[in-house]
Amino acid sequence: MRAGRSRHRRAAAAVWLVAAMASTGGAGAREWRPLDDDGVHDPAAPGLQYLQKPSEALSVLPPDTAGNRVNWVEALRQGIIKPRTNVFPETKVNLLDLDVIFPETSEMPMVRFPHLVHTEWLDCANCHDHLFKKKIGANPVNMFKILEGEYCGRCHGAVAFPLTECKRCHSVPRNDLIR
Amino acid sequence: MTTAALAGLGRVLRRRGLAMMLATLCVALLAGLTAPGSHAEYGDVVINNFSDKAEMRPVVFPHWFHRVRFRCKVCHADLGFKFQAGGNEINMLKIIDGEYCGACHNGEIAWSIENCDLCHSGKPGTPTQVHESTLQKLLTPVNK
Repeated sequence: MRAGRSRHRRAAAAVWLVAAMASTGGAGAREWRPLDDDGVHDPAAPGLQYLQKPSEALSVLPPDTAGNRVNWVEALRQGIIKPRTNVFPETKVNLLDLDVIFPETSEMPMVRFPHLVHTEWLDCANCHDHLFKKKIGANPVNMFKILEGEYCGRCHGAVAFPLTECKRCHSVPRNDLIR
Repeated sequence: MTTAALAGLGRVLRRRGLAMMLATLCVALLAGLTAPGSHAEYGDVVINNFSDKAEMRPVVFPHWFHRVRFRCKVCHADLGFKFQAGGNEINMLKIIDGEYCGACHNGEIAWSIENCDLCHSGKPGTPTQVHESTLQKLLTPVNK
């Protein structure tokens, strides 16, 4: 139990260090690399000239400081983007407004998981039950597993906001709930 | 004195936590120093399961472009894309059959598959992975 806690602390410290370094380098204007200089596209690829540039699409969306430098949740809620919910007509949209608190977070503030914002983008089946059981306390989530791409880490740290944004999840001070 | 100091340092470094933090700091410093260098857009996925062998450029899938137009669930629930870079065994036969990318890239919802160069636009030899991930930034950049 004690060892587990100190592992948690070390994982949190490692993430925090990267977050601190990233924030010192990432301050200032929002910038997006051109496709021919992003390290993954081949500058000689004949299709490159036809592809939309990230700066063209993303600079008009609500700003953020991490990931794509776009607040995707706000972009959706303000109706600035209107991403389709389905390509098959029979697909149902299931919204759920239910917050779940994860209290076992060592010295960090507790985690609040808002279903609503997640169900605006995702379907229940994306997480349940292969990533998360539908039962409070039944999911042994920790930062090591998340960093390895399990649980929240399936999306956060890859596509949804990065794992260096500790306080976006660890947002509930312990005293707030006790009161 | 030096030997004792080195031995002490070695003992400390063998403790995983500190070693991990030092490694992280080094990588972070390196990343900071090379900050203006090339980097993919957050969430860009390179899929190179078969491309290199087929002498095609690997595929670059930009999540940012697609999430402006589609919610995650369209591809990850309805079309069955697993949350795993390269884990979907996509091939051109399935795409032509209307599976995976082919559910939209059929000339009706999005441009059709004869535009090979629009997807196959990656640098040859780029490994299959999600680029710019937090884990990638924490680990030694083996592929750089």
